[in-house]
Amino acid sequence: MSADALSGGFSDAPVQSARAFRAALDALSRPGRIVTVEGAAPPAPLSVAAGVLLLTLADGTTPVHLAGALDCAVLRDWITFHCGAPLVGPAEAVFAVGDWAGLQPVTRFAVGRADYPDRSVTLIVEMPGLTPAGMRLAGPGIETTTLLSLPEVAAFQANRALFPLGFDTYLTTDNRLAGLPRSTRVEAV
Amino acid sequence: MSRSQTQPETPDPAMQNPAARARWMGVLARARADRLAELLAELLPDLPEHTALRPPEVGAVMVRGRIGGTGGPFNLGEMSVTRCSVRLADGAVGHAHVQGRDKGHARRAAVVDAMMQSGAAVDLRPLLDTLAAEEAARRQDRAQQAAATRVEFFTLVRGEDK
Repeated sequence: MSADALSGGFSDAPVQSARAFRAALDALSRPGRIVTVEGAAPPAPLSVAAGVLLLTLADGTTPVHLAGALDCAVLRDWITFHCGAPLVGPAEAVFAVGDWAGLQPVTRFAVGRADYPDRSVTLIVEMPGLTPAGMRLAGPGIETTTLLSLPEVAAFQANRALFPLGFDTYLTTDNRLAGLPRSTRVEAV
Repeated sequence: MSRSQTQPETPDPAMQNPAARARWMGVLARARADRLAELLAELLPDLPEHTALRPPEVGAVMVRGRIGGTGGPFNLGEMSVTRCSVRLADGAVGHAHVQGRDKGHARRAAVVDAMMQSGAAVDLRPLLDTLAAEEAARRQDRAQQAAATRVEFFTLVRGEDK
């Protein structure tokens, strides 16, 4: 086990995780709003924001899937030590972390069932950057419309068509994140 | 991969003999918090410099039991535990899960676990032996108190069986 895998957790977990949880709620209830988080220092290649989300949301009851380049020994050890979350394949995952290319095809993840729409995956998508420009978002939590740089349009439109089923998404880069719940309508500008 | 105690000497005694590490971690976990603090203060007035990989945090674990060799497991009850992980300046990592809610206890136990994997192990051995002996004495004392109240049942031979 490498030395990096044990460091980089919250130093003051009760306060830091409460703040991060509030930030995660804000991001998901106001789609398109970019919020800044802090407190985690996960080993590369995971971003600070994705690390904060995992420390706050993942535990022994939430299986995590690491997709693409993120599926490396040091990150597996880091998640096991700091979150205690089981690492699983895409179909059983409650959280899936990866860049957009690594997460493809997104149809392999759980979207919930008609009687339990909450039994679906939350994607944590690592982005090269995050700016309020690009695709137009509308729907609950957005007064009129807002703009956000998404990796793709078609996948999110297909996901919206499944409503109330579907996956929820966090987009992360560096120490910033934005939320995109399944209820948001996405269109290219 | 198999591991045996007859392996050639490795620099890390904990990896060489995980059973020994489990033993000293158990002694530290069950030790009385004030006794550990007292004995450690005699050896080291200040704890060695360390960074907390996981600061002490209190939680509860479910203790499970099993009645008899064939009985199914059942939940005996919850108990408070405090866990902590530290890294010393020399890189040794120590972990502790201790009984109760004393964060200082967890931190001291984690530091001792880390030091036991380094050159300081020889100095700490008497401390662990003392704690283990005190634990054995406590168990013995309790077993004696329980034994004093034991009732033996005898079947008396009654006349009508003849």
